[in-house]
Amino acid sequence: MSDEDDIILSELDDEELVQQMFDDLYDGLKEEIEEGVNILLERGWQPYDILTKALVGGMTIVGADFRDGILFVPEVLLAANAMKGGMAILKPLLAETGAPRMGSMVIGTVKGDIHDIGKNLVSMMMEGAGFEVVDIGINNPVENYLEALEEHKPDILGMSALLTTTMPYMKVVIDTMVENGIRDDYTVLVGGAPLNEEFGKAIGADGYCRDAAVAVEMAKEFVARKHNQANA
Amino acid sequence: MTNALSRILETRDWLLADGATGTNLFNMGLQSGDAPELWNEQHPDRIKKLYQMAVDAGSDLFLTNSFGGNASRLKLHDAGDRARELSRMAAEIGREVADACDRDVIVAGSVGPTGEIFEPMGPLTHAAAVEMFHEQAEGLKEGGADVLWLETISAPEEYIAAAEAFALADMPWCGTMSFDTAGRTMMGVTSAQMTEMVEKLPNPPLAFGANCGVGAADLMRTVLGFAAQGSERPLIAKGNAGIPKYVDGHIHYDGTPELMAEYAVLARDAGATIIGGCCGTMPEHLAAMRKALETRERGPRPTLDQVAEALGGFSSASDGTGEDADAPKRERRGRRRS
Repeated sequence: MSDEDDIILSELDDEELVQQMFDDLYDGLKEEIEEGVNILLERGWQPYDILTKALVGGMTIVGADFRDGILFVPEVLLAANAMKGGMAILKPLLAETGAPRMGSMVIGTVKGDIHDIGKNLVSMMMEGAGFEVVDIGINNPVENYLEALEEHKPDILGMSALLTTTMPYMKVVIDTMVENGIRDDYTVLVGGAPLNEEFGKAIGADGYCRDAAVAVEMAKEFVARKHNQANA
Repeated sequence: MTNALSRILETRDWLLADGATGTNLFNMGLQSGDAPELWNEQHPDRIKKLYQMAVDAGSDLFLTNSFGGNASRLKLHDAGDRARELSRMAAEIGREVADACDRDVIVAGSVGPTGEIFEPMGPLTHAAAVEMFHEQAEGLKEGGADVLWLETISAPEEYIAAAEAFALADMPWCGTMSFDTAGRTMMGVTSAQMTEMVEKLPNPPLAFGANCGVGAADLMRTVLGFAAQGSERPLIAKGNAGIPKYVDGHIHYDGTPELMAEYAVLARDAGATIIGGCCGTMPEHLAAMRKALETRERGPRPTLDQVAEALGGFSSASDGTGEDADAPKRERRGRRRS
């Protein structure tokens, strides 16, 4: 990397800057993303436009390459970390400006499972896509899920498991939701390495998400469907 | 350094390892979410039965019930301070089963991942990981494990930390990674990269390879990837018996004993020396694998097409090795100082 290749972000026009932010997100450059967000704010961009056009746009590329096996977990974690830097600046402003939000999700890893890599990726990418995410962490017995649903009334419940010994617990949670008559109040998405679509169906989830990128796509789809139904 | 595993490897050109731990324990009443390692204390009879089933089905080597027996995993069950003790118990029961057998059977002390992410992206430091693995290694050693068996690893940092810990415990070891994401580990490691990493370790494993992952076909592709690197080190193949399905309230893997027998023979033809199953592999699968390995002739190294024909298709078009190693990457606009 020679100095002459260096780009001065503030000298780029809006379109070029957004393109450069896509690259910087892809490369996980947190400081550059923060700088880019601040420059766009100074130029009078609305926080919501920065979120959707620059950050979500960039994370969509990261998500697609993750889905296609071009990027792997370390790169996605770096990208998500860079996005978090930009989100930290935008979040208070978004709250002030009353920007539209995509929907909300409660997410957690099931009882007995401490793996939270996939869950954290989903959380970050969902936030990146404009969802409000309540992360209840790892090792959650069914009571924790029920409490969080009661408290936050999200559109979506996300469950994650990385072990064959813990994945059946997802069914325990879903069955309990059915017993309590609240299953249909939520969209339930599940994910984790040992799972597959058929498993998701068999335990009564609405969708199985192969990876974080698919989770975001599916969440958007379900929320849109819900809105359409409500308006019909 | 000679040990029970290196000695048996001198006389045999293939060994049958064991199959599933979790799947078998569920059948004995383990509840989802509970720690299998606590059964080493609460139900030693069932753990003994688990090991005995593998031995009776013909396994030359079985893994102890200590996969989640590290402090990071056990703390979920308020047993974070019992890693060494529970691991020791797992190996003691194993020792008892192996010693009672009239043929040589290896007790391999299972060591699974910590479940945490390494610095700088996560909280786990190299020193903390080494300490955790060392603690578990000492327990397995005390309990009488012949060899330590690292499995289902995704991050190279974790594999390296475990190797260091095993050197501290002065124990021979084997180590496999799980290639479950487009033919690579979750962290993006290819079969070629793993081979390179293994050979650079100051205390390399007796054998290395792949376990778990997606299905038997994907695992075979990974084994062929190791073999293509030309390592002289024995290779391990421990694949799942197909894909998990939920049937009548239980997890069921769709791979038949016949399919696993086919897989075992193909794995040997591909160059694997230690061949076993992973999730979903029950005693009947192991028995079929043993019979196939004993009765069928060695064949030439299978091609990917032959693997797909015998075991089903792959989960991804490429696994990041060979001609695909330089797969297209995203075009950058230009470099900036980072």
